[in-house]
This record gives sequence, C-alpha cells and structure tokens, in this order.
Amino acid sequence: MSDDLTSSRLGAMAYDPAPESSAIARLKPAYGLFVNGEFSDPSAHESFVTVNPANEEALATVAQASVADVDRAVYAARRAYDTVWSKTTGAERSKYLFRIARLIQERSRELAVVETLDNGKPIRESRDVDIPLVAAHFFYYAGWADKLDHAGFGPDPKPLGVAGQIIPWNFPLLMAAWKLAPALAAGNTCVLKPAETTPLSALVLAEILQQAELPEGVVNIITGDGATGAALVDHPGVDKIAFTGSTEVGRLIQQRVATSHKHLTLELGGKGANIVFDDAPIDEMIEGIIDGIFFNQGHVCCAGSRLLVQESIADDVLRRLIRRVDQLRVGDPLDKNTDVGAINSAAQLARIRELTAYGDEEGATRYTSSCPLPDKGYWFAPTVFADVAQSHRIAREEIFGPVLSVLTFRTPEEAVAKANNSNYGLACGVWSEKGSRTLWVAERLRAGVIWANTYNRFDPASPFGGVRESGFGREGGRHGLEAYLDV
Amino acid sequence: MSEDRLDVRKTYKLLINGAFPRSESGRSYEVASAKGEFLANVAQGSRKDVRDAVVAARGAQAKWWAQSAYNRGQVVYRLAEMAESRRDELAEHVRLAEGLSSKKAQASVSRAVDRIVWYAGWTDKIAQILGSSNPVAGPFFNFSVPVPSGVVGVLCEQDSSLEAFVNAVLAPIAVGNTVVAVASEKRPTPAVLLGEMTATADFPAGLLNIVTGFIGEVAPTLASHEDVDGLDLAGVDEAFANELAQLAAGSIKRVLRPGANEDTSLRRLRAFVETSTVWHTIGQ
Repeated sequence: MSDDLTSSRLGAMAYDPAPESSAIARLKPAYGLFVNGEFSDPSAHESFVTVNPANEEALATVAQASVADVDRAVYAARRAYDTVWSKTTGAERSKYLFRIARLIQERSRELAVVETLDNGKPIRESRDVDIPLVAAHFFYYAGWADKLDHAGFGPDPKPLGVAGQIIPWNFPLLMAAWKLAPALAAGNTCVLKPAETTPLSALVLAEILQQAELPEGVVNIITGDGATGAALVDHPGVDKIAFTGSTEVGRLIQQRVATSHKHLTLELGGKGANIVFDDAPIDEMIEGIIDGIFFNQGHVCCAGSRLLVQESIADDVLRRLIRRVDQLRVGDPLDKNTDVGAINSAAQLARIRELTAYGDEEGATRYTSSCPLPDKGYWFAPTVFADVAQSHRIAREEIFGPVLSVLTFRTPEEAVAKANNSNYGLACGVWSEKGSRTLWVAERLRAGVIWANTYNRFDPASPFGGVRESGFGREGGRHGLEAYLDV
Repeated sequence: MSEDRLDVRKTYKLLINGAFPRSESGRSYEVASAKGEFLANVAQGSRKDVRDAVVAARGAQAKWWAQSAYNRGQVVYRLAEMAESRRDELAEHVRLAEGLSSKKAQASVSRAVDRIVWYAGWTDKIAQILGSSNPVAGPFFNFSVPVPSGVVGVLCEQDSSLEAFVNAVLAPIAVGNTVVAVASEKRPTPAVLLGEMTATADFPAGLLNIVTGFIGEVAPTLASHEDVDGLDLAGVDEAFANELAQLAAGSIKRVLRPGANEDTSLRRLRAFVETSTVWHTIGQ
C-alpha cells in the first residue's frame, strides 16, 4: 500500500470506452413550441440550433418564441386554468402527476441520453441523479395535490393562477420538474421556458405530458432566449414568476415584477463554503469535496466552490485533493466511465476562463488536472486554486465551473465568519466527526441548505433554496407548496 | 387641566440602539392631534438616523436569535406587561392621535396588548409549525427549521397608530429578527411611547429601533440598504410601494405587501423567516 501520496500519482486507471448510444435519444430534427397541448410553429418562424457541447455538433432546431408566442402560451394557460384545471379535483390532479412520474420512469434511459447530449453532463449523472430525481419529484408532489388542506397553510388554500417559470441549463429536466410538479399539485397552470442551450429534455417532457393526457394548456413549454423570458416576466396575464438562474438576472426580474402584483420566488447563485475540520473522516471528506465542486462540471448553484480547511490538515488535504483531481476522467459525456463532462456552452467556458485568469493575477496558486481534453467541444480541466484570500474574485464570485478555491481557518468561529462572508447564502458543507460541533456550525451558517459529512444531496422531500442574495422561496417538501399557493 | 399646575410635557424622540436620541439632523416636525391641535414636536429622523438604526439592528440580531425561544417569549411578554400597566397613558395617546372616544381608544389598546401576548406565545412554537423532519431517500437525518431573515425594515401603517404598529413590528421580532420601524408619519406618538416601554421590558438594545419623520424621505434609504434583509410595506400607498419594492430588489430583499386575512393567518410570521435545511449522515 502506498502511503507516500506525493510520489504515487496513479493517474486515472485505464478503462475501455463504454459509450451509451446517442440513438436512444430519438431526437427529431426540429421542435416547435408546445402550446395548448400541441406542438406548433412560432409566429415569426424564427428558430435556433441547439448543439452538443461535447463536440459542437447540431442536435436539433428549436423554435424561438416571440412576444406573440408568449402571449399565446399565457392565454392557453389562462384558459386551461379557468375552464379545466381550477375545476379539476385535487385527487384527479394527483393522478395526472403520478402518471407523469411513471412515464418519466418508463422513458428514463431516453431522457438521460437527451439530457447528456444537450447539456454535456456525464451519463452517469443524468442516469443516476437527474432523471431519477425528476420522477421522484413528480411522484412526491402528486401526493400533495389532494392534501393541501393539511399542508399548514390554513383550510382550502388557493392556487395563484398562471405561473411563468424560467429555468437554467445546468439541470434542465430536474429544474423543470422542480417548477412544474408543485405548481400543478397546487392547482396552477404553467408556462415553462427552458434555457436557450438546453431545451430538448423539456420538449421530450412535453411529449410525455401528451401521453399522460394532461388537459391541453395546463402546461405550455416555450423555447427561446432571454427576450422570451423577459416577455414572460412582463406579461400581465401571469400571476407568478418562478426563476432559477443567476443573481444578476434574478435582481432584474425582481425589479420588473416589483411594480406588478405577481408573486415571485427566486433561486439564484451561490458561493458555497465546504468547511473541513481536522477530525473529519479523511477519505469520505476528499470524495465529498470532489463531489461538491466537480459534480456536473461545477455547474451547480449550490456547489462547494470555497473549501475552508482547518489549518492543521490543510497541506495533507490539498495533497490528497490534487491527487484525486488528477484521477477524474474527463471526456465523452456519453461514456459511462466519465466523471466530468463538457462545459455547457462557449459563453460559459469564456466566463470560467476569465474568472480563473483573475485567480492567477491575484496571486493564487493554480493546480490543473493533467487529464487530456477532447479537441472539439467546450472543455475545462478540473482546477484547484490554493493560497486564496477572501478578497480574491475567485473566492467571492460564482464561477459556475469545475474550479475550487481553497482557504484555511483555525477555529470554528473563524470558519463560520469566513463562510458567511458572502452576499450569497445557498448551501454549505460541514465535515467533522463531532456532531455537537457540526450542529453548532450549522446553526450559525447563513445558508438555506447545510450538508453535514456529505454534499450535493437532493430529495423531493427536502426543501431547497437560499437566503440573502441567493434568492427566496423553497423548492421541495411541504415548504415548496407555499411558492404556488395564495397564502 | 384639573390640577393647578403646569404639566410637564414629553419630548418625542427616536429609539436607536436602546437610546433615545433626537435626530442627528437636529430637526423636528409638528405633530397635531386628530382634531388638529398641537401635540408635540416629534423628532424628524434623517437618512443617517435610518442607517444608524440598521447598524444597531444588525449588531443586535445574532444575540437576539441566540437567546432561547423561551427567553424571547418572556421578553415580548414583558412588553405586554409594561403596556398593560401603562394602558391609560397609551389609550390617551391613541385617543389624541386617532381622534377616538376614550372607550374606543381603551379597546384599541386592549387589542394591541393582547396581540403582543399572542406574539409572545409564538416564539417557542413557530419552529414546530414551520419546521419539519424530511423523509429523504438515503441514510440521512434531514430536518428543516425556520431561521430569521435578519434585519427587517417596517414601514408602519399610517392610520392605526398602535395596533397596526404592534402587529407589524412584533411579528418579525417574535421569529428572531431585529427591526427598524418607521412609525406613522402623522400619528407617531403612541409608537414612540411603546418604544419607551421596551426600555423596561428587557428588550436588548437594537432589537427594536423606531424612526419618526417623513416616510417619503427615509423609506428609500431603508428599502435600498444592503444590510436590510426584509421590508414590510404596510404603510405606503401603491405607487410608493412599487418604487420601494424596486429599490429592495437591489439586494434581493424579502418584501411583504399588504394582504388579506392577517389577523388569523401566519403570513406575517412566515414573511421574514428562511427555511434552513440540514442533512446529517446516519452511520455507525
């Protein structure tokens, strides 16, 4: 057994390629807008191409929804609300949602491949994390639809009406599920806008909604860019806006919605601190740090992008971490052995490069994985910055990529102070074998989610969401219903 | 005056960090009774006073939240005791400010005191109502607890000088926030008097800060302040509320607009709490 970690750089063990077939996705050459239960062409006949970020090849042509299309979708949602959905009993809504959950399970392999093709995330993650959680989310909220009286918001809580939902590209179908399932359970109708670079899985979901025979107009899915999202936010026929994305855009949306009577929930950015005490179980903790930042290429709002490590073990942790980073398999997202996939877009890659350049400039020490990167596509090697100060941009700004900033602390008080030294407050991790200390720290962290001796865990029963500039409102659990009820 | 002596009048001042300063600006404004008679020269708080109040509230928040819920309940209840023991004085202030009969003013004070008692009882129950243990798939103990948003700005109602003040201000306090309140512009004296009572109710300095003055002048400072986490727009008209809500978006504040069913629902108690969820591993 090799104890000398510095000299034994094992590198990634060789595996034969084990690619999933892209044909399983059954992608169509072009997709329209899903409005009023059917696919239709956009009014201005404009479209854009969504590409596979792993090789820059075109996947499909997707409709660009205009202001008129947004209007049509909101109108369809309103009519469905007035004529059908508001008259559908909770028990019937429940059964529709259960149907959808089952259909997702049935088509899970197809959905996983679609997701990986369009997003660039490893098939291991879309297959084992995203899609199972999507089905679980619909299954969970299905059961709430006829039990709203018992949800703690008083007797007979009412839905809000038409919900406009704008979701990001990092967990395309999972975010769609997080938005649609509680909204429908609570009795709302929806207009969902997937992200520009990852529209495909939501469009397959539209087919699933057809198979479920969900009444037409209850869910409308319109693809497009930021202008489409802005039109949805501004539409006077919308009662509720739910947005997941950057704090920058969330702030603009809150401003635009401020002069209306629309309800709003925001799930925004983060700069999660992963706090490691010297008594933490070292192997699990290293895996947890890796999972915290390199899961989904670090395209995770709650990513543990700031590692706060206790000074006494900092050198050892850093050495083990760098060794582990070197072993991550970066490459073909469809390969079942791949750990880290492609960066979702050229724009995001540019953003990661820009921010990491500041890391060098401001004096941090960069370690880059020695993994080979594919020639085509958008790629960024897993990167760790040591010697990071709190004032550095890479310690303050959300990079949204596979980049970890390492800082140190001496006392629990200092760890808490450093963790809270951020305008964000989405998630934090605490690693220690001492339960009392973990809970002491957890009590003091200003964050919506705290993972103790684990990281990046999600469950439909567990409320997720931020404090401060990471947004407001919760998704998941009983709490998630509040976002879609007039209470 | 029935007595043959000159009465000693009170100076109505701000409440910031447990002290009762005049406005740092040195300004005051004339407040009249509902009948139009001179009542007092009340301190006209400035933007700087608001910022000082926010600093005080921020400084007090962690300590207030660190007290046990039982303790916080006793502190709020103590305010009810103080208000009850000085209810005649409060009623006289409400009578003059709102132009009510003595009987109606007394009834209003009774409701206000009872509301304080209601909130006192919530401090150690809200976590059980809003919190939960969550049955996640996996070896984790997962629980959610409500935690305070932090510092909450309250723009109090203009007509109801005491009842609405109590209702709006004590809700965020009961769930662990500290508050910067802007009292009713035209009817500030009952709120100022209640503020004085907090000094004998074991309210820690900075827990409740009260600024009197012109709402149009001070509210934007509160709404745009980066260290304010929540904003209650109870006392402003719709056009101004829109403007303030836009300012509040700058730092993603939680904004509460006037709504229905507030007497019975937990809307106000839910408005300025965050759900904090902890996943703890289970293993041998």
